[in-house]
Amino acid sequence: MAKSAKRSVDRRGFLRGAAVGAAALVTQPSVALPRQQEPPARPAPATPSSAQLGADTEPVPSSGRSRIVEHPGSDFMVDVIKALGFEYAAANPGSSFEGLHESIINYGDNKTPELLTCCHEESSVAMAHGYAKIEGKPMLALVHGNIGIQHASMAIYNAYADRVPVYIIAGNFRDAGIRPNGVNWYHSAQDMAGMVRDFVKWDDEPASLSAFAESAVRAYKIAMTPPAEPVLLVVDHDMQLKAMPQANVRIPRLTMPSFPAGDQAAVREAARLLLAAENPRINAGRLARTPNGITLLVELAELVQAAVNGGGDRVNIPSRHPLAGNGSGQADLILNLEVQGGGGPGGPAGARAPNAKTISISALDLYIKSNLQDFQHMADVDLAIAADAEATLPALIEEVKRQLTADRKRALQDRGAKLAEVHGQARGVAKEGAAYGWDASPISLARLSAELWAQIKNDDWSLVSWQGFISGWPGRLWNIDKHHQYIGGQGAGAMGYGAPAAVGAALANRKHGRLSINIQTDGDLNYAPGVLWTAVHHKIPLLTVMHNNRGYHQEVMFVQRMASERNRGADRAHIGTTLREPNIDYAKMAQGYGMHGEGPIADPKDLAPAIKRGLELVRKGEPALIDVVTQPR
Amino acid sequence: MKTTLSILVAIACVMASSSGAMAQAPAPAAQTSAAAAGNAQAGKDLYLRYSCYACHGYAGHGGAGARLVPSRMPLPSFTAYLRSPRQMPPYTAKVLSDAQVADVWAYIQTLPRSPAAKDIPLLNQLLSEK
Repeated sequence: MAKSAKRSVDRRGFLRGAAVGAAALVTQPSVALPRQQEPPARPAPATPSSAQLGADTEPVPSSGRSRIVEHPGSDFMVDVIKALGFEYAAANPGSSFEGLHESIINYGDNKTPELLTCCHEESSVAMAHGYAKIEGKPMLALVHGNIGIQHASMAIYNAYADRVPVYIIAGNFRDAGIRPNGVNWYHSAQDMAGMVRDFVKWDDEPASLSAFAESAVRAYKIAMTPPAEPVLLVVDHDMQLKAMPQANVRIPRLTMPSFPAGDQAAVREAARLLLAAENPRINAGRLARTPNGITLLVELAELVQAAVNGGGDRVNIPSRHPLAGNGSGQADLILNLEVQGGGGPGGPAGARAPNAKTISISALDLYIKSNLQDFQHMADVDLAIAADAEATLPALIEEVKRQLTADRKRALQDRGAKLAEVHGQARGVAKEGAAYGWDASPISLARLSAELWAQIKNDDWSLVSWQGFISGWPGRLWNIDKHHQYIGGQGAGAMGYGAPAAVGAALANRKHGRLSINIQTDGDLNYAPGVLWTAVHHKIPLLTVMHNNRGYHQEVMFVQRMASERNRGADRAHIGTTLREPNIDYAKMAQGYGMHGEGPIADPKDLAPAIKRGLELVRKGEPALIDVVTQPR
Repeated sequence: MKTTLSILVAIACVMASSSGAMAQAPAPAAQTSAAAAGNAQAGKDLYLRYSCYACHGYAGHGGAGARLVPSRMPLPSFTAYLRSPRQMPPYTAKVLSDAQVADVWAYIQTLPRSPAAKDIPLLNQLLSEK
């Protein structure tokens, strides 16, 4: 009996419990719930005692001194944040950073940064992830102590694996000596950054405002230096609230370093190998940090007349450039630019001659962590240049120009003509392939992509979603030739990234007047759909077109394969993998968040008019969602 | 689980594009009569229940797996391939009998063909873009 009664108290205290309820139970045991009552069959709703209500609603007893603090430490933190040029701070509110929150909206006038109201910390960080891939600099994300960091952790890992700078500040009630009993203890930690340290590049918990200023500037510099990565500062709640010291606190000047470029001798050798090769291929991973990365890669590729596999993580080469693609035959030289891994089992051995040489230029050779295995296999490399590839390309281009003879140039032009022919053939195959299933219902992803392209191609558009789950149709059909026209994928392959990253990228696009398009997978949206509300609330123009295949489709295929290889048949592969019975109504979901939503659209004839209606709203500055029932891939 | 996604998607894209060469050719007339070997309606049920659509699309137009329409594979070859495929999951007689395979094959024969890209105004326009 006593055990049951205790369990009842615990459930009331923790599950129903308001923070203050828990605090009151500890601080005033005499008014805690009765200990000897017969436990009800089902736990009854807890009725707050008068002491509990008082603790929750009444002012804190006066300590005899004024509680007014007109110049709190968090105002200075805002000065530092403004000095770093943050445009936005994405946050789901949390009391551990309440001081900073208040300073941003009042002292900082809610401008640079403007606070973005998010419904989940994973959304906050993923929005910052998408924003950085468009804007080329970090957005601030504020997260609550412990619980906010844990909510945000998956998004932090995605950004880490995608080599994207995100700047995170978490609150902490650091000093246990002044920490009141109750919920704040759950939001405090001795080493809060420890739970995400494996996938942030740097973290700190400064103990004073001057240390905060220095750490904040240092964190920015570290986040932005290749390989770009997330950073985390933990700031004490009390330090946010205490008055500023009288003495001026210095904000260090931010001076970005020149990024690491390749050693001259190694670059010279790379140029020699490139020019000597008969069938070189360039693989570009997370190469183009800036629009200039595309310009440089095109110049190099045209100089050496090499095929360029642009990868799927960034726009590295225009999709319709005649050298874009894998070329033909086996490459005898491979130049990997910011390509993660290489070699190991499962690689495309057929595209590589047995005696092929490989050059790697990557900043990842300068940075690696131990625990999480995102670093892939050791690359099988003949010449490894530990440097940022974009920063190294100018020297490599100059060296190629210096070594290129007139005879060799003529030979390379011939090779270029053949590669252009191969590229043209591949484009033709893609266009012909788009016809298959053209009139089918559910709607094919090729048709969805073609219908979208027809209506956006004359705009300054930006595809703010990954192409992996839509069979790469935009890349096959659209003319993608600008850095902001595609942002790549999740990084670590985690769902829940797509919708918030699209909203963050669309926010970055807004001031440039760009038309943002998100082809949104249904499984991903269901992780944290509240970001739709954030898009509406902050008037972020974005057309979301659902790729609604009613399932976690990759997993449908995995389970199907597993069952078949175990000779059990695949007729149960839908169990645990599909999102049917009931079908989710995404138009209503959008409407519920205040967004224009229409659909489900399953007849391809209805698609173009729906896209047109959605685009009309987006061009006026609103977000809109069109639910399209699609083929699986 | 999720870390393999991009790799698999890449493989899927390769599979889809490699299947392009066989597409759009007219199906041999003999297959139409051979479809009588199976029950297309029962085959449709199997096609959906056994998740054939998952890789090949509801219209047989392909996706992660090869295009099935227009079908150029006679039933014996189709059956042999399902029993011992190169890439797709195997389906033995224990899980799909020969009669059921024939049903699925018969259903595939009924899937409508798509028009050529040049006959679709939107794609025709795309074809002309530089």
